[in-house]
Amino acid sequence: MLTISNLHVCIDGKPILRGIDLEVGPGEVHAIMGPNGSGKSTLAHVLAGRDAYEVTQGTVVYDGADLLAMPPEDRARRGIFLAFQYPVEIPGVNNAYFLKAALNAGRRYRGLTEFDAVEFLSLVREKMKLVHLDEALLKRSVNEGFSGGEKKRNEVFQMAVLEPRLAILDETDSGLDIDALKIVAEGVNRLRGGDRSIIVVTHYQRLLNHVLPDAVHVLSEGRIIRSGQRDLALELEERGYDWLRPNALA
Amino acid sequence: MATHPYEVEALIGKEYAAGFYTDLEADTLPPGLDEEVIRHISSKKNEPEWLCEWRLSAYRHWLTQKEPRWATVVHPPIDYQGISYYSAPKTKKDGPKSLDEVDPKLLETYEKLGIPLHERAILAGVAVDAVFDSVSVATTFKERLAEAGVIFCSFSEAVRNHPDLVRRYLGSVVPAGDNFFAALNSAVFTDGSFCYVPKGVRCPMELSTYFRINAANTGQFERTLIIADEGSHVSYLEGCTAPMRDENQLHAAVVELVALDNARIKYSTVQNWYPGDENGKGGIYNFVTKRGECRGHNSKISWTQIETGSAITWKYPSCVLRGDNSSGEFYSVALTNHYQQADTGTKMVHLGRNTRSTIISKGISAGRGRNAYRGLVRIAKSAANARNYTQCDSLLMSDRCAAHTFPYIEVKNPSARVEHEATTSKISEDQLFYCRQRGIAAEDAINMIVNGFCKEVFKELPMEFAVEAQKLLSVSLAGAVG
Repeated sequence: MLTISNLHVCIDGKPILRGIDLEVGPGEVHAIMGPNGSGKSTLAHVLAGRDAYEVTQGTVVYDGADLLAMPPEDRARRGIFLAFQYPVEIPGVNNAYFLKAALNAGRRYRGLTEFDAVEFLSLVREKMKLVHLDEALLKRSVNEGFSGGEKKRNEVFQMAVLEPRLAILDETDSGLDIDALKIVAEGVNRLRGGDRSIIVVTHYQRLLNHVLPDAVHVLSEGRIIRSGQRDLALELEERGYDWLRPNALA
Repeated sequence: MATHPYEVEALIGKEYAAGFYTDLEADTLPPGLDEEVIRHISSKKNEPEWLCEWRLSAYRHWLTQKEPRWATVVHPPIDYQGISYYSAPKTKKDGPKSLDEVDPKLLETYEKLGIPLHERAILAGVAVDAVFDSVSVATTFKERLAEAGVIFCSFSEAVRNHPDLVRRYLGSVVPAGDNFFAALNSAVFTDGSFCYVPKGVRCPMELSTYFRINAANTGQFERTLIIADEGSHVSYLEGCTAPMRDENQLHAAVVELVALDNARIKYSTVQNWYPGDENGKGGIYNFVTKRGECRGHNSKISWTQIETGSAITWKYPSCVLRGDNSSGEFYSVALTNHYQQADTGTKMVHLGRNTRSTIISKGISAGRGRNAYRGLVRIAKSAANARNYTQCDSLLMSDRCAAHTFPYIEVKNPSARVEHEATTSKISEDQLFYCRQRGIAAEDAINMIVNGFCKEVFKELPMEFAVEAQKLLSVSLAGAVG
């Protein structure tokens, strides 16, 4: 599904990612963990196609295609979804209108007929239940005036509607209280399955108590320094990140 | 986060669709302005002596005035002697009596602009007065309006058929010598629209005037006068376009609104004069004086404007709140792209007790566009318990555009409550990326964000106009992400 090979990325000439190799198969859930500034969010944004990041080396192959050559909207239409750490407010743009435009842009791209208002609404009603979102939220502007928890739930809700093939959750657990965390995790778990792959980017392992990963990778200073299974996440919680750093090992 | 000019920039700047020219035989005065020219215009229109005198005194006043220099706009000096002050499509008779007599080329022009004048083709419920260069060429739905007692006709016709009303109200809101451009208009205005809604009548349809500049080297100086008598309601729309030309053309209009006791006037403008090319060559100088007076108690005047065209826009649709409990509103979207300049806003002059005003202004600057909001809120000593709420937001879409806000607040009564909020934001790479990550193309995303920004104003527009305004905005912005 996704193969990242020797990926090097700079921002303003400063290297952030320094040779990432990662293979995510269909239906797999991978967790990317690491201390602040290790490059986790950069990786998530590069995969989604954000500008201002310069890829200096390496390749990313998604479904047999060169991902890095695609504009962000095409990546989205081919099934890549990024749940933002800080969902963006768009004043005056109705949440439902936004989501319908997104859904239909993807359907058009894939040669499917667009959803009309009735079809869209029934889809949306069903998906809202997943994350316990109030229908009134549909009528409000995108993320405007949403609480932190509502914003994160709205991301998972959008993901449920758009049904991506590869979902990247960027610190979706940050800033959530335990109840909100459970709701978000439950929503993610319901979307798990089939050949849908998920990359969970997180600083803490608490989300991984609810969304059980198939693999855990530790990112430090732009490299994956350790890969393992779920017990690696638990160990990290216990011991922190320092013991894994190259200089600590030496 | 670094911004990528190619994006917003690349998305603003599609072609100006109304930029064609209609080849018609016209009756045009040679360029130049003096008392002879004014007498000529007046006699061409068979005006009564008092109106000719009114023009001449405005002209004499104008000679003593100087062009205003306080706005943030920059332009080379205007040669007022280089402009032709009268141009009308030639007709066989004095003027068309019905649509059948109107030159088919003219009808075609309006058709092309999306303003069909044949009544069978007209959008239901909108009466149109079509002003072509210096004259009104057609007014639709006259009979149906007359049944309701509403007078809606060209200004020239009003002078002929309703001289008392014209004489009573002309210049009563914007005096002949009010300012440089208003004085010039008063001296040379050639036509425009007139509307009178009698006591207690709700005008049965939307009224609209569609202004079209066609001839080269002419100015357009039209005058609109709307009177809403006691307890009446009227909603009025105004649209404007002009051909693409390398020379700048002057448009100096005056609009006067009078609302008597319990009357309501809603005045909406979608201004799409030719804005000049992407290098700032050509375009209309839109120097307009618009003012409404809430003369009666409980009266209300509401201005909504979408300003996307013109090389330079200089206009401040204002409300004089004379009647007790009267209210004024101003909703504005002004967009400047390439080298366009706009200095626009409003004046809310509170004279009566318990008067209220609301100002919502949205300025969008792209390319090298310059956009200024300039607004005055004056609470006179007599205006006990006056209230004003002002919100002006600016959206920047490139690194080379500019937005300014100049609020003036004068309060002479201690019971006044005046609120002012202002924000300036840049269309953010974050917003754009968020939309694109969801699969929405960059151009659609920009339109969506800008439309969202303008939503509070668009919702004030009548339905058909709201759709038109959104389309216009997306055309004006095509190629503008930055």
